[in-house]
Amino acid sequence: MSTIVVEHLSKVYPVAVKEAGLKGTLTHFFKRTYRQVKAVQDVSFKIEPGEIVGFLGANGAGKTTTLKMLTGLIHPSSGRVEVAGHIPFQRRSAFLSQVTLVMGQKQQLIWDLPALDSFKINAAVYGISDRALEHRVGELSEMLSLGGKLNQPVRKLSLGERMKAELLAALLHEPNVLFLDEPTLGLDVNAQVAVREFLREYNQRYRATILLTSHYMADITALCERVLMIHQGQLIYDGSLDGLVDRFSPCREVKVEFARPYSAHELSVYGDIQDVDKQYARFLVQQEGLTGAIAKILADLQVIDLTISDPPIEEVIGRVFQAGTVAR
Amino acid sequence: MERYFRILRIFWSTAIAAELEYRINFAIAAFTSLGGLVGSLFGLFLFYQTGSSFPGWRWEEALIVVGIFTLLEGFSSTFLAPNLNRIVRHVQEGTLDFVLLKPISSQFWLSAHTVSPWGLPDIFFGIATILYGGIKLEIEPFAYFVSIVPLIFGLAILYSLWFMLGATSIWFVKIYNVTEVLRGLLEAGRFPMAAYPTAYRVFFTFVVPVAFLTTTPAETLLGRSGIAGTVVAGLLAIALLFVAHWFWRFALRFYTSASS
Repeated sequence: MSTIVVEHLSKVYPVAVKEAGLKGTLTHFFKRTYRQVKAVQDVSFKIEPGEIVGFLGANGAGKTTTLKMLTGLIHPSSGRVEVAGHIPFQRRSAFLSQVTLVMGQKQQLIWDLPALDSFKINAAVYGISDRALEHRVGELSEMLSLGGKLNQPVRKLSLGERMKAELLAALLHEPNVLFLDEPTLGLDVNAQVAVREFLREYNQRYRATILLTSHYMADITALCERVLMIHQGQLIYDGSLDGLVDRFSPCREVKVEFARPYSAHELSVYGDIQDVDKQYARFLVQQEGLTGAIAKILADLQVIDLTISDPPIEEVIGRVFQAGTVAR
Repeated sequence: MERYFRILRIFWSTAIAAELEYRINFAIAAFTSLGGLVGSLFGLFLFYQTGSSFPGWRWEEALIVVGIFTLLEGFSSTFLAPNLNRIVRHVQEGTLDFVLLKPISSQFWLSAHTVSPWGLPDIFFGIATILYGGIKLEIEPFAYFVSIVPLIFGLAILYSLWFMLGATSIWFVKIYNVTEVLRGLLEAGRFPMAAYPTAYRVFFTFVVPVAFLTTTPAETLLGRSGIAGTVVAGLLAIALLFVAHWFWRFALRFYTSASS
């Protein structure tokens, strides 16, 4: 049975429209006009137990709205959602104690107290015994290498440590469905890697299902085999990460080292130049014309080295979002 | 039920630990509380000094109303204000999400999550004032017990009104001022209802039921109102508690959560 089932899910918000300037403000105050914004339109997908799925989309594409419908925080306008066998919006205890939501930009820990105090509150709320709590905190703080930090007031922790403590707080009740909204936001590279490693280990150890959004593609490439891509409220891709590259960017990246520097102008005939730095240049070349283009570069220019690879995933995604609507 | 008491104990011990991080606050709170009480006693004193009085209320009797008012203020700044004013912030900052995801009544969480010891001086001075007036009037001990009942009803009324105002932040988001307006109106409870013109009295009984918060308990304590005032206050309290509960569930259907 799938852990998450989403069928024809939509959410429409009324959003007040306001013109700029004083006149706009006054009209806005006295007579509000609303526009119906379709945040999510007819989205369907299924996620199996133990999967880690990346959820991609530009800001405002509808990722957070979808996550909030999956966790039961907001009521869908239409369609059906089922998570772990429950309808999220009913917010039954049996559902709530199986899921968790981590939001990179919001915190639930009490600022002035050690994280352990907040854990005690969560433990009481979820009905976790003192012994189980101790065991769980020990286990997770070891996985997160947080030992000794949990006795300090949260305000004294670094951003990375705080995020780890937030994760711990969110995972105390051993949820098996994790919704993570930008869990690595604002963290430095080391902390990002640590959080990523932790999530992978957690997934393997507990067979937890994870749905994750992130602006750092490294998170997605490191963790997710499957991605969902949402654009202007519509699901435009559901499949493997590799497949995403083939589907949206049927081109290859060609890196060349020349014997002498060429100007960007001279090189522009050979392909779509990404950047030029003295003797080094990077092109994007369409898949079908690849051999021809390379033959031409080798024949015309003095080449020392040449490599062909898939373009970085960030660029592929960027292109998809720039292109606007993409046919399914 | 037992689980909720356990949770409440942890909520409060944690909240007190957090507040005690800032020790100087306690001295300030005690000082403000004493200042507030002296202010209202002085106002009342000036009024009675000139030989005038509120119809039917002697100086000591009016003192009891001031005492009950101070006591209620203490309760509300200990139990109500720190929780209910935070609802607005939860909605603004989107941290209501965390509350809604807990397998526990969200109304309970929002209403009982913290407690602030800074209202304790008010509670202390309030009780002291009531006792002073009571001893002067030679009120028998049993009357104090009886007057606790309408006092609890008064608190329930106050809680329900405040909670509902906080809940409207689901729609209006920045509703902070409205709870201040409520607090302003409650100031009217400082003096016996007899102090106000009829129109005001009607307003403070039926629109914003301030009369039930201080005057009714005081009348019960003085043994002059009989059971009627308490019964009305009780019915109103129960009705408002139900309405507040229903209203919260209604409001949540409109919750859209702050975007990231």
